[in-house]
Amino acid sequence: MSTVPSPTPTPAAFAIVVPKMDAAATAGLRVTQGRVIASEWLKFRTLRSSWILFVAAIGAVAMTGIALSWSTIADWSHLHPGELDHLNPLADSLVGFQLAQLFIGVLGIILIAGEYSTGMIRSSLGAVPKRLPVLWAKTLIVATLTFVTMLPASLFAFFVSQRILAGKNIQTSWSAAHVPRSVVGVALYLTVVAILGVGLGALIRNIAGAIATFVGVMLILPGIASSLSQVWADRINRFLPSTAGQSLLSFGSDTREMMPWNGFALFAVYALGTILAAAFVLKGRDA
Amino acid sequence: MIHAQALRKRYGDVVAVNDLSFEIKPGVVTGFIGPNGSGKSTTMRMIIGLDAPTSGTVSVNGMKYSEHRAPIHEVGALLEAKAIHPGRTARNHLLALAATTGIPAHRVDTVLGLVGLSDVASKRTKGFSLGMGQRLGIAAALLGDPATVILDEPTNGLDPEGILWVRHLLRSLAAEGRTVLVSSHLMAEMALTADHLIIIGMGTLIADISVADFTQQAARDLVHVRTADPQRLTSLLTGPHVQVTSTGPGRVDIAGLTCEAIGDIAAANALPIYELIPHKTSLEEAFMDKTKDAVEYRMTTTGVTP
Repeated sequence: MSTVPSPTPTPAAFAIVVPKMDAAATAGLRVTQGRVIASEWLKFRTLRSSWILFVAAIGAVAMTGIALSWSTIADWSHLHPGELDHLNPLADSLVGFQLAQLFIGVLGIILIAGEYSTGMIRSSLGAVPKRLPVLWAKTLIVATLTFVTMLPASLFAFFVSQRILAGKNIQTSWSAAHVPRSVVGVALYLTVVAILGVGLGALIRNIAGAIATFVGVMLILPGIASSLSQVWADRINRFLPSTAGQSLLSFGSDTREMMPWNGFALFAVYALGTILAAAFVLKGRDA
Repeated sequence: MIHAQALRKRYGDVVAVNDLSFEIKPGVVTGFIGPNGSGKSTTMRMIIGLDAPTSGTVSVNGMKYSEHRAPIHEVGALLEAKAIHPGRTARNHLLALAATTGIPAHRVDTVLGLVGLSDVASKRTKGFSLGMGQRLGIAAALLGDPATVILDEPTNGLDPEGILWVRHLLRSLAAEGRTVLVSSHLMAEMALTADHLIIIGMGTLIADISVADFTQQAARDLVHVRTADPQRLTSLLTGPHVQVTSTGPGRVDIAGLTCEAIGDIAAANALPIYELIPHKTSLEEAFMDKTKDAVEYRMTTTGVTP
């Protein structure tokens, strides 16, 4: 039957040799949590977007407070008495975390939601079908990296700002009340923000949706809550994630906030709850 | 070796795969073939655990894919060419996959060379063509030196040279004793590449058959006949393999007899024959015939759904 083609054996000249790995190498093959961390670290390092957001966050924490302090000194002779009353050398030097939390949150989100939008997630979960090691690795990497970069950035912002403010003798010092907790608190707060970002990214699996949720909960919700009647605003606002978390950086002025470490603990519970929910759905959902 | 037992997958109201059981053996190329939307990709996704079966089980080399110590050493899969981050280079993409399982970096360069991507290994995959994406996907599938290789429509987007290369690759992999499962909706392509066929339609197994048997069955050539009295002709044509199908007034299709045999019988019985046309059934026709009741998205010639 001339129209019926039959399988053509591959002539030896066309045979493609797929080299086998040697036995010694294959014996050691296995997926471990450590190897998944190494893989995720490589993935993190090899994307430009990770670095852009990271550098932006470092710049925000390190430079914003310095710029603010510098402008205070530069405008010193034009400041109103009201503005002088509100000067807080600690808070001013650390103000950059407000901007940095957006970059860090988005970084956590794109680390995993970005894999869903590109299809990369199916390669990742195909290689690690138990799945959870991928989530743990991403969380660990972004949290560690955030803490170890934001701590020096925060220290830098504090000390340089105080040096600038010393020009008008309005500086504070490391040994003053609230200072070490607040300076370290910036790094701790942003670390938890990063974890929350990874959790939201894994839970929502869509970059735009996860960023909208993050901005809504962290930045918009406190504003809405504030417009409630005073009693309700005070009741609700302190328990919102960002307000609770930022009580660690309270500069000793706001009695409506939770105690610093209680507030931070509550924020951490929110973030860990999000990660656990993400772990649950990651394990159960089709990729 | 892949073993599926009563595999079933439901997405909401849609049953994508229904009670599918099969065994894919090592050393041969098995073609997984069915019309668009027949459940091929879903089945492949279930094999490597991306989708969980609604019921039933599928195992690879005796174990669930996710239970293996080094999954990508057991199964290398290409399910979609663009399961990559476009901002990462080809080499870094493979290095990251290799790192999960402890595969050495030189293996990455080996597979990149094998698929012909060495020159663009340090380019971000953003600029890759569909064909280059397929090659990178094939490289990823071969990265772990897997005992089983699963490729979903690997020739999509490849040029003729690439298609031929994939065909040789699949045959070489099988010759090395690996289990090879490759999906396609092109029967002619499968007939050239595969030794065995799993044919599915609307998620259900239609045939589990060797290519040799399928082509033999498909080779049931037809003869179109137009005659004055089809009923009388039908009664004259007897034999164990003779099949007569009416195709219109005065027209029949006859299988199991040659033109010469039909002409002789008609002449001996003084039955006028107006047309006697041999028609060779192509593999595509035989395939469509097998799956005609199981096509979810059918095109109509009139543009109006009947």
